[in-house]
Amino acid sequence: MKLNRRSFIAAGAATATLGAPALRANTKPRVVVIGGGAGGATVARYVAKDSKGEIDVTLIEPTRQYYTCFFSNLYLGGFREMDSLGHSYGNLAAGGVNVVHDWAIGIDRDAKTVALAGGGSVPYDRLVLSPGIDFVDGAVPGWSTMAQNAMPHAYKGGSQTELLRAQINAMPEGGTFVMVAPPNPYRCPPGPYERVSMVAHTLKANNPKAKIIIVDPKEKFSKQALFEEGWGKHYSGMVERIGPDFGGANVEVNPDEMTVNVDGEVIKADVCNVIPAMKAGKICEMAGVTEGNWAPVTGHTMQSKIDENIHVLGDACSQGDMPKSGFSANSQAKVAAMAVRGALTGSKVFPAKFSNTCWSLIDTDDGVKVGATYEATDEKIAKVDGFISQTGEDAALRKTTYEESVGWYAGITADMFG
Amino acid sequence: MKRIATYFKAAAVIAAAFVHQAHAEEIAAPLGDAANGEKIFRKCASCHAVGAGAKNKVGPQLNGIFGRTAGTVEGARYSKGLVREGKNGLVWDYEHLDAYLDNPKALVSDTRMNFRGLKEEQDRHDVLAYLRQFSDSPQDIPEAQPTALSKEVELPAEVLAIVGDPAYGEYLSSECSTCHQRNGSDQGIPSVTGWPTEDFVVAMHAYKKKIRPHPVMQMMAGRLSDEEIAALAAYFADLGD
Repeated sequence: MKLNRRSFIAAGAATATLGAPALRANTKPRVVVIGGGAGGATVARYVAKDSKGEIDVTLIEPTRQYYTCFFSNLYLGGFREMDSLGHSYGNLAAGGVNVVHDWAIGIDRDAKTVALAGGGSVPYDRLVLSPGIDFVDGAVPGWSTMAQNAMPHAYKGGSQTELLRAQINAMPEGGTFVMVAPPNPYRCPPGPYERVSMVAHTLKANNPKAKIIIVDPKEKFSKQALFEEGWGKHYSGMVERIGPDFGGANVEVNPDEMTVNVDGEVIKADVCNVIPAMKAGKICEMAGVTEGNWAPVTGHTMQSKIDENIHVLGDACSQGDMPKSGFSANSQAKVAAMAVRGALTGSKVFPAKFSNTCWSLIDTDDGVKVGATYEATDEKIAKVDGFISQTGEDAALRKTTYEESVGWYAGITADMFG
Repeated sequence: MKRIATYFKAAAVIAAAFVHQAHAEEIAAPLGDAANGEKIFRKCASCHAVGAGAKNKVGPQLNGIFGRTAGTVEGARYSKGLVREGKNGLVWDYEHLDAYLDNPKALVSDTRMNFRGLKEEQDRHDVLAYLRQFSDSPQDIPEAQPTALSKEVELPAEVLAIVGDPAYGEYLSSECSTCHQRNGSDQGIPSVTGWPTEDFVVAMHAYKKKIRPHPVMQMMAGRLSDEEIAALAAYFADLGD
């Protein structure tokens, strides 16, 4: 039945002669989800699970094996292997989600169809976009995706992260690792600084005279006091940060020469991790639901402010106070799943609640966290309450926090992929 | 934090606080009677020793219990949950001991202390008055502070009587399942499935009132209503083993 359905869709208009009208009459409401990460996999799974077969759910995701971006820093630090970050879609398919491994290349909002790179189109009643991030062209002069092998971003999970680890391991003794940090807003606010911690952890063991330079356009950053305390404690003298007051916002790179020009001063890099400014995954722009770099949504339902038949989740949307994170995307997906089911089958809709917690690892058994709860107001998703780890916490608490983060990884990936 | 703050102020300030905020939780109670506490402690003595030369028995010895981090007596056997709460910052001060004696499982769900609790407030205060004679550090002992105690997590019967809606609980639980697995796995994050509903309700209210020390759970429980806590308890009770 499912195999037939795919070929039926692929055949498009020609199917009229194949008894399509009869099929149409019995057609269940259709939800199409683009992007199989923390937002997309979760919403697909929850709509399929909770609608108990009343809604037809299709997930479009190009990769067969999904590598999470969250916890990829732990791979750079040697605390996880890449295999442990990979997840397949088998359980989602078994749970009733029609998983299509293909690229969505266009959206016709009037006809309510999604065009696939492999040909054909998929109709929807509700479309959920959860494509994650893309990079802003020209954000770091001298860098483009053509240069991502010389200067990896490693800000999408998988091969880029593997490349960066290989480069770190091949650094000459006493070499220099440069990170060009992104401006706000971007995916995973503590991510670049957890990465610095993990790179420092690896270098301390293998290459202790190496240096890390962060070129940062931001005045301040997430969990700054906690990271700076940790770097002083574990990696004394190894990490230097050039903030905007010393030209950190005026940076240009030369991938051929492996140099970084910071406000006129040229730094020779052995490894250069460029994390450019970000925007919503390109399909949002193609769908015409972006304003500026992101897709605005209403927090009550995660519906696009531009098209009420489209919901946008996770990093790609602009919603208010929530940080862009896998946890946030997973939280937003549950609100969207409830709203989509309510709209298509009349199931009960409860008030939207959101939460987020971000754990970061600074060194072995030295974990910290920050989190908050949120609610939907008419203007935005607004913060209700929050907490952050404190400087000077004892080692036992930091170890528990790290163990908790490992438990969270197992929890959220089970919640996403079943 | 508000509750604890009022409890450390001088008596005059406490009196003023009562004029301004008449929270039922902050009613002053008299200190206990140590002699009566010694008699009540016989209920505890099969598992706990206290006094000169006290050794660990089924439970840890209780010399110096005031001001000690939970789960840290050398050689004593503890549940995973009790050790975890100690790492989370649970220190045995008067308030937490009082809550623990009232209902051990409200504070530490999997505690090895298989004891229903002392339901009479005065009994608990008497036992604690007795025990604190064996602790040197006065910093958390009310006598060194004002002679007033805050009341522990004690839920009104009507709150415990709320019958939760499991369907609502299922929706609310989607917030829990980002960390707590529905299959009951407890690696790094404790299991929340298959709990007796009353234990679940009491534990969540203990987080909500910040008696239990975990910041994420205090935050999550902090915005749940009594009905929502009951709904979650109803849903999770039926889940898993």
